[in-house]
Amino acid sequence: MKIKTLLAMLFALALVAAACGDDLDSPTVTGDAAEEEAMEEEAMEEEAMEEEAVEEEAMEDDAMEDDAMGDVPSRIVSLSPTATETLFAIGAGEQVIAVDSFSYYPEEAPVTDLSGFEPNVEAIAGFEPDLVISSAPVEGLEALGIENMVQFAAATMDDVYSQIEQIGAATGHVGEAAELVGQMQADIDATLASLPERETPLSYYHELDNTLYSVTSATFIGEVYTMLGLQNVADAADPDGEFFGYPQLNEEFLVTADPDIIFLADTLCCAQTAATVAERPGWDQLRAVQNGNVVELNDDIVSRWGPRLVEFIQTAGEAVASIETVDAG
Amino acid sequence: MNLHPASTRVSWLVGGVLVVLAASVLSLIIGPTDIPRSAVLVESAHRLTPFSFDSGLSETQRAIVWNLRLPRVALGILVGAALATSGATYQGVFRNPLADPYLLGVAAGGGLGATIAFINEWGDGRGLFDGVQIAAFVGALASVALTWTMGVLGDNSRSSTSLILAGVAVASFFTAAQTFLQQRNTQDIRIIYTWFLGGLSSNGWDEPLQLMPVAIVCVLVLAAAGRTLDVLSVGDEEATMLGLSVGRSRIVLVVVASLLTASAVAVSGLISFVGLIVPHTVRLAFGSSFRVIVPLSIFVGAAFLVLCDLAARTLLTPAELPIGVVTAFFGAPFFIVILRTATR
Repeated sequence: MKIKTLLAMLFALALVAAACGDDLDSPTVTGDAAEEEAMEEEAMEEEAMEEEAVEEEAMEDDAMEDDAMGDVPSRIVSLSPTATETLFAIGAGEQVIAVDSFSYYPEEAPVTDLSGFEPNVEAIAGFEPDLVISSAPVEGLEALGIENMVQFAAATMDDVYSQIEQIGAATGHVGEAAELVGQMQADIDATLASLPERETPLSYYHELDNTLYSVTSATFIGEVYTMLGLQNVADAADPDGEFFGYPQLNEEFLVTADPDIIFLADTLCCAQTAATVAERPGWDQLRAVQNGNVVELNDDIVSRWGPRLVEFIQTAGEAVASIETVDAG
Repeated sequence: MNLHPASTRVSWLVGGVLVVLAASVLSLIIGPTDIPRSAVLVESAHRLTPFSFDSGLSETQRAIVWNLRLPRVALGILVGAALATSGATYQGVFRNPLADPYLLGVAAGGGLGATIAFINEWGDGRGLFDGVQIAAFVGALASVALTWTMGVLGDNSRSSTSLILAGVAVASFFTAAQTFLQQRNTQDIRIIYTWFLGGLSSNGWDEPLQLMPVAIVCVLVLAAAGRTLDVLSVGDEEATMLGLSVGRSRIVLVVVASLLTASAVAVSGLISFVGLIVPHTVRLAFGSSFRVIVPLSIFVGAAFLVLCDLAARTLLTPAELPIGVVTAFFGAPFFIVILRTATR
């Protein structure tokens, strides 16, 4: 009897463990979970989203036709740090009455303790907004008759631009939005044009935290690096997308892969610097460390997909351009 | 009465050492990088023994063997032995087959400590006496102390049931606090969860060397307490009649086992199942005397965790799996097989 009870309990434990395993297998549940999950969902629901965007735009166009200026929202709540940056960059800042706790850029953004991660509908409604922008749908807003514009994490540069244009259209700043997009495109083109031609592409490792979580080329950030002509050493760790583009790398593999450039996107979360990287046992052998090609990035800029993306591309581009092209053999 | 003659115990000791050695060698020679297997062993011997050998490896390969593979195996041995030994002790002290080292709230307390440390940027969880490690260690011991205080408060019989219930309450409370803090600091969630899942990668030799003294002392103390555990297993009243100071024995054993667990948790995070299944496996295979279970759990625990880490490193190479996933995934079915075979 006793053994049977024990067996049953252990079986239950095994089930629990297996259930946990599901969660654990996917590193995307951790970290900027909301953003990353949104990113996967977004990839799957791209079509659905595009339709949504079209509808949204059509709706806004109608509104603009009805009343040239009168109908633009004047009480915007942004629960997405990316959207907040965009709103202020296109001159819609004055229409923003509250932003979530992580929307601390730019400085003048009215930061509140609203959470975009676990949105509290009542707290949001308390601000009496006429538009809520978030990176995941906020359940319950619709029932209150509050418009909720959802901008999932961008999967491509085109997403970045269309989201800016969408916010411009919704807030009555179409012209500024178009101007911003044009400026971003021009700046990025200039960076790309400044890169020297290379016979063999440089390799890189993008660090999300000091337990060696990284991104593959399948992610949005990875695509930006691909644009810069770089090759990702982490691609080998997630060829089939089992980790949704966010694998945890084996340290030994990384040391052997010996990337040309190391990008640190964990300077804020985990206080990593070029110096702390150089101190890691075994890492002094890496050429990125020896040649001073460990690039410290701002975690926030890299995890958002707004106007400051250009700064990230410029920083990364400078690092790439500074590495001498190897003499053709 | 001595169940097992000295010669049997010596052969078990030798067997245990051999099993750990075999697991270590396997774990050393297999990795995501292709390094000649014999050269890895030659290089290890060069570093670990007073003798000098030339492995002919490159600088980077030497660094991989000495700074990455060897410390990881060493940490696996220490953590595996620590968790299995304290698990065996807890099972004996509480006369509860489902007891594991996290029974009195070590996991919840350690997790809360680590969460607070990550959020306040006291450290990054790596290196010698890092802020996160210290916070996790303190949190783990604090929760055991709180559980103990609550469990025996107004209960002079000091029954193990009231302790276990207090442990459940304390764990729930600390987990709630931990979850609240994590929700308020979502930017740190990834790194916190990574810590929770456990891992044996270390900052070179810092973590193994830090854990070694505590682990050795505590493991030896517990290994010597097998007889006390055997007496405790007959029941509190009977043990008292046999001349054992039940209350004092229990508190000493719990303190040592908790200290051992907390030290392991501090450097490796929360690795589940090892402390539960290893002592059981040993008991089912070699008999129910704690004079057998505790010493053999040291070796089986060490070998088991080293092999689980080998799987964690290589199954999806060059990506890593959290070791907690591996211990549960392979440990649970393996244990059920053992259980069924042994009870047939």
